Amino acid sequence: MSNLFSHARRVAGRAVAGAAALAIAGVAVPAAAQETIKVGVLHSLSGTMAISETTLKDTVLFMVDQQNAAGGVLGKKLVPVVVDPASNWPLFAEKARELLAKEKVAVVFGCWTSVSRKSVLPVFKELNGILFYPVQYEGEESERNVFYTGAAPNQQAIPAVDYLMENEGVKRWVLAGTDYVYPRTTNKILEAYLKSKGVAAEDIMINYTPFGHSDWQTIVADIKKFGSAGKKTAVVSTINGDANVPFYKELGNQGIKATDIPVVAFSVGEEELAGIDTKPLVGHLAAWNYFQSVDVPENADFIKKWRGYIKNDKRVTNDPMEATVIGFNMWVKAVEKAGTTDPDKVIPALIGVSVPNLTGGFSTMMPNHHITKPVLIGEIKDDGQFDVVEKTPGLIVAEEWSPYLEGSKDLIADWRSPMNCGNFNVKTGKCGAQ
Amino acid sequence: MISRGLPSRLGCVLLLALGLLAGAFLSPGAVMAQGAAPDISAPLAQLTTDKYDDTESALGALAVSGSPAAAGIVAALADGRLSYSPATKQVLIKTPQGGLVDAATGQPVAEAPPGVKAVRVNNRIRRAIEAASGTLALVNPDPAKRLEAASAVMRARDEAALPALDAALAKETDAKVKTALTLARASIVIGKAGVPEAERIAAIETVGAQGNQDALAVLRSVPADASPAVKAAAQGAIAGIERSLAIWSVGQNIWYGVSLGSVLLLAAIGLAITFGVMGVINMAHGEMVMLGAYVTFVVQELIRTYNPALFDLSLLIAIPVAFLFTGLIGVLIERTVIRFLYGRALETLLATWGISLILQQAIRTAFGPTNREVGAPSWMSGAFELGQLSITYGRLWIIVFAMLVFVALLATLRLTRIGLEMRAVTQNRRMAASMGIRTNWVDAMTFGLGSGIAGIAGVALSQIDNVSPNLGQSYIIDSFLVVVFGGVGNLWGTLVGAMSLGIANKMLEPYAGAVLGKIALLVIVILFIQKRPRGLFALKGRAIES
Repeated sequence: MSNLFSHARRVAGRAVAGAAALAIAGVAVPAAAQETIKVGVLHSLSGTMAISETTLKDTVLFMVDQQNAAGGVLGKKLVPVVVDPASNWPLFAEKARELLAKEKVAVVFGCWTSVSRKSVLPVFKELNGILFYPVQYEGEESERNVFYTGAAPNQQAIPAVDYLMENEGVKRWVLAGTDYVYPRTTNKILEAYLKSKGVAAEDIMINYTPFGHSDWQTIVADIKKFGSAGKKTAVVSTINGDANVPFYKELGNQGIKATDIPVVAFSVGEEELAGIDTKPLVGHLAAWNYFQSVDVPENADFIKKWRGYIKNDKRVTNDPMEATVIGFNMWVKAVEKAGTTDPDKVIPALIGVSVPNLTGGFSTMMPNHHITKPVLIGEIKDDGQFDVVEKTPGLIVAEEWSPYLEGSKDLIADWRSPMNCGNFNVKTGKCGAQ
Repeated sequence: MISRGLPSRLGCVLLLALGLLAGAFLSPGAVMAQGAAPDISAPLAQLTTDKYDDTESALGALAVSGSPAAAGIVAALADGRLSYSPATKQVLIKTPQGGLVDAATGQPVAEAPPGVKAVRVNNRIRRAIEAASGTLALVNPDPAKRLEAASAVMRARDEAALPALDAALAKETDAKVKTALTLARASIVIGKAGVPEAERIAAIETVGAQGNQDALAVLRSVPADASPAVKAAAQGAIAGIERSLAIWSVGQNIWYGVSLGSVLLLAAIGLAITFGVMGVINMAHGEMVMLGAYVTFVVQELIRTYNPALFDLSLLIAIPVAFLFTGLIGVLIERTVIRFLYGRALETLLATWGISLILQQAIRTAFGPTNREVGAPSWMSGAFELGQLSITYGRLWIIVFAMLVFVALLATLRLTRIGLEMRAVTQNRRMAASMGIRTNWVDAMTFGLGSGIAGIAGVALSQIDNVSPNLGQSYIIDSFLVVVFGGVGNLWGTLVGAMSLGIANKMLEPYAGAVLGKIALLVIVILFIQKRPRGLFALKGRAIES
């Protein structure tokens, strides 16, 4: 509670009724020696998404631990507040409200699926919170209260497709995905992109499957058939979560090797491969902004400290973890720059903040609330790790509104004054007009 | 990374293949006779730069160097046994026995220099190695190796391999290998520029006679500038293959359907006992399947630790363990919760739903939320061809296993005393009690049997699905669907229900897609249940009458 006191004191000059109320609450608590800042963690620890999100909860706790060991932020200790939204989308909104209204956290790290992010958005807008979202997603969004540290489609999908075109000579494309918003939007962007590169409609096959699809026999046979048209074929997979293991098992069973039909995946990382025998998968690809196998001192140091913290020297690291780390460090830097945890001061302070990423470079928060990232293409190795076969020479700036989609190609986001808009239409010159 | 055009890559492979061929033909003695061994220090240096382009050109240079060491270096690269020291620029080969050899001198190295790194291989390098070693193996003394090589060459369809292929064809004595070589040669000739028309048409006929997917791919690669006669021949062959493949694909869909049906049967058959025979709406059924899968994982871990030689038998060992473990859990649940709720369907549903959540979270706490790896024994890996059908061993064994479980369960109910008692209690509880049957005990045993069967289903499903705490959830709806559709309380109904749902699903999928196919199937089942509320095979019993 004592952080509220200092918070209220700093904004006391503003005639905001809410701030006044907080000040009263703050006065009731004596200014104790152990001043703290609360950090919210909003990741599913049970239900279907626990498989991916539990690690991110541990990552935030690890970062808090490290930051406290280094003296905290603004001289105050960080206190993590962990809640479990249980892979239940409406519960995400409830838990977000609990974190912001009841726990009064200064910042929230959380969400994995796009639907959970969409569910908490109104809460963050209403209560003026800060959310760091650490997962690659479909783009088409930029909000004042959200900072996106995962990849937008042009920071993952498009460079991967470029790699296959240039290095593998791929002419025919299977776009396979789970049936929900991320794969559908990504595939729409990719389809438009491929067509702009001269790929004919009959050389693109699009296939959607339900969540947790486990019987891949027909689809893998179809892919095999589609790939026997005499042109080099590749699969671009936006298959998410649990469905990946049976998909790759079936590929292995039907003898599709990476040298025949390579599969490049956007949702398969070190963590997902931990449940599969990867020997039949050697050579299949994944596109991310980070791989555990990246051989730079920053990464080696991070892995060593992480394994020491989690007390398991086999624990893997992955891309959303790196995005969480970057987001956390950016927030710390912005708070120190602003001298307060007040969101109205921290949100503008975050733009332009630059912190080291774990692949040996720097990532910067851009005015569209997305960060700059390098893109890495990795091939699966037989030990479940990735061999980085390509890294973009420079950093790529996120295109939150895809230039390949009708309706979003004229939009830009810029949260600096005077524009202060997440969907500014450059044609009509108006904010909010699609 | 520089993008290299296809011609330059083909050229590289050509050099590589020819060079290796030369290397293989020339014995070390012959090289000696020509003078000192050629200098390969330049390509070896390229192998130490950690760049794919350099590795590829190093391979090319090595291949044409005529050095007797080249073939060994390429083989080592293919097996991932080639490494280098960034500091000393020394290239090292790890021998299969575990020793280290200097690639330049061929001398054994006592100790690896510090910081040794493996020479990396990507798909591009892998393809080049594959094509080249295929060409190399064409002169292997072992006919099986030559057969493999012929199909590798056919897959690569590399024009550079043609001279080697012709040479091998002239010497070949084995009829089977000769056919494969002729086919490989024909596949290359079809796509090659400047081939006489008659030869190309003959090649099209050879390939067309294969009638499979690979042949189709070859025939479609006829160049656009080919003569009309060639194009017509190719079109005719393609149409013929497509006709026969269309017929085969119906067979393939039925096979997939039977395979899906056997998975559904396995998942549902335990429920056919607990829900079908006893009338308990058991929402924790899926978790029994999940527990069975985790038992398999634990058994495999123990075998890996204590006796890796038994690994191929791990599933067989896991079956009785899983049956006993989940059966015991089932009896425990029946005695502590369900027996107080007989006749109260809604409360049973809620209580078992609660149990399922408890079990899921317990497993998540004990084993972590991530997937666990359950290995496939060697006899369940791979596939074989039956005509144009590709049948995977894993699926085949699961079908066999599902049928065995079905027969065993049927026999238990028909032929054993406990089976007789179960049927008696189901059909008329009070009468059975009057005849001296301990109905309480029979209830517990029946629920235990159903749970145990679910557990052994978990052993099989661990082979095709994720072993995660959520495993059960994905099967619970399908299981209820099968049991209700097939007719509550009838094992044969469960069998027919599972198979017809599996086959219907797989026949719909190619036309409607996986999502719409599933929706269509649900609509069909709903309509069917409207017409016949008791399912395919209705049975009189306690569950129905109450």
